[in-house]
Amino acid sequence: MSFISGLKCRECGREFPAEPLNVCDFCFGPLEVVYDYATISEVISHDRISSGPLSIWRYQDLLPASGEDPVDIMAGFTPLMKARNLGKRLGLNNLYIKNDSVNPSFSFKDRVVSVASTKAVEFGFDTLACASTGNLACSVAAHSARAGVRSYVFIPWDLETGKIVGAAVYGPTLVSVEGTYDEVNRLCSELADNYPWAFVNINMRPYYAEGSKTLGYEVAEQLDWRLPDHVVIPSASGAMFTKIWKGFNELACLGLLDGVEASSFGPDQNTVHHPAVTTRMHMAQAEGCSPIVSAWANGQAHVLPVRPNTIAKSLAIGNPADGIYAIRVLNESGGTATAVPEPEVVEGIKLLAETEGIFTETAGGVTVSALKSLAESGAIQPDELAVVYITGNGLKTLEAVDSVVNPLSIKPTMRSFEGALNERIGVGG
Amino acid sequence: MSKQRVKFTFLDDLVKQPIIYRLGQSFDIVTNIRRADVREDMGWVVLELDGDDADIQRGLDWVSAIGVRIDPVSGDVVEG
Repeated sequence: MSFISGLKCRECGREFPAEPLNVCDFCFGPLEVVYDYATISEVISHDRISSGPLSIWRYQDLLPASGEDPVDIMAGFTPLMKARNLGKRLGLNNLYIKNDSVNPSFSFKDRVVSVASTKAVEFGFDTLACASTGNLACSVAAHSARAGVRSYVFIPWDLETGKIVGAAVYGPTLVSVEGTYDEVNRLCSELADNYPWAFVNINMRPYYAEGSKTLGYEVAEQLDWRLPDHVVIPSASGAMFTKIWKGFNELACLGLLDGVEASSFGPDQNTVHHPAVTTRMHMAQAEGCSPIVSAWANGQAHVLPVRPNTIAKSLAIGNPADGIYAIRVLNESGGTATAVPEPEVVEGIKLLAETEGIFTETAGGVTVSALKSLAESGAIQPDELAVVYITGNGLKTLEAVDSVVNPLSIKPTMRSFEGALNERIGVGG
Repeated sequence: MSKQRVKFTFLDDLVKQPIIYRLGQSFDIVTNIRRADVREDMGWVVLELDGDDADIQRGLDWVSAIGVRIDPVSGDVVEG
């Protein structure tokens, strides 16, 4: 069963029933899920969680959809591995990688889409939809196949076919929209108002976003119910960043962290900060689309929209829905926000691959480069426990790193091989 | 007739101009402001537009042409 008690506007506090809504009718502010934490605290325990499935649904008590029959392609419970080689390179002795690139459709989106799809089926929808340039499209198409429902995936007309093969293979209806990025945004917002579909990140957004909390729960569980000193997280809309923080604070308030007493959630569940949560939240964006970093760096209370111009397409959200809330988390946690120069994105991808054998997409390159900068500046001290979130797989953005392909071209003879090797590295025959 | 919810972001001198008044007067659109924050150097307004589809489109084209950024109230929905 689900312990959700309704929805609440983050701006004006008005309450709404748990329906497929994402915007407050009164002030047009975003809606958030409200939970019955008093009941959750009576049932939840480490044992109950660990006896659950090896997917995000082990945390079903803290998710806004019933875990009894979820739309589940086994998203989540991805590896948390100690990064000795990368740590050594950066002077960090306690560095861990949360490798979410190994989810079923190869990105963290499977977490949010699994929750949104499950809730959509609960609501009785027979169609899922999204507008995407990559990861979200793949995940929505995969989950709709699993759920046995239709799906519509809207893509900008100039998107390369290769970017969407990973979605098309699951059989959605692909709609290529001739227009600018802003026009696609406006069209899909309008469609969500007019069609009886579950747009996962529009009318299902309050439920969808909650799926990202599992990235916080899992890291805590994999560290034996402790929190890291630092986390480094890529950011686009800012939702994942705020939800990981929310996840950490929920665990603390429910007394699920090692040595931490349970405490009240207070008047506003979505802004609660338990004093035992001292993790510093570090955000990473690519310089070509860094509206949240800019607002934070300039001390602005508002995020000015930008037109994205970055190779990190999965982070290219110029008007981030949760930007101001992410800034609050940055300030509350004592974190930092880094805009990574575009050339360093590829360097980050290569650094992670060459040191840890993990091939990440461009968002991961942004995150690793931001981590490097934090280590060099001393923001993360050598013995502090740091976790870097790698949220997507490198096979999705092969073109970003095609310059690494530089083979030895030889004739099929030993002499040719040894000659070429000698020329390349100065050894051999 | 239809309704559209949008967010306008104004920078620099546009803050001082009566853009929403003109939008209502010139394009026969009823404008209904729900939330706003206007400062010296920038401002944003979340509002609902009520009118004929074609009038709303012409009005939004004019707002955009004078340099105001127009976004959906729920932020970008095209995700990576």
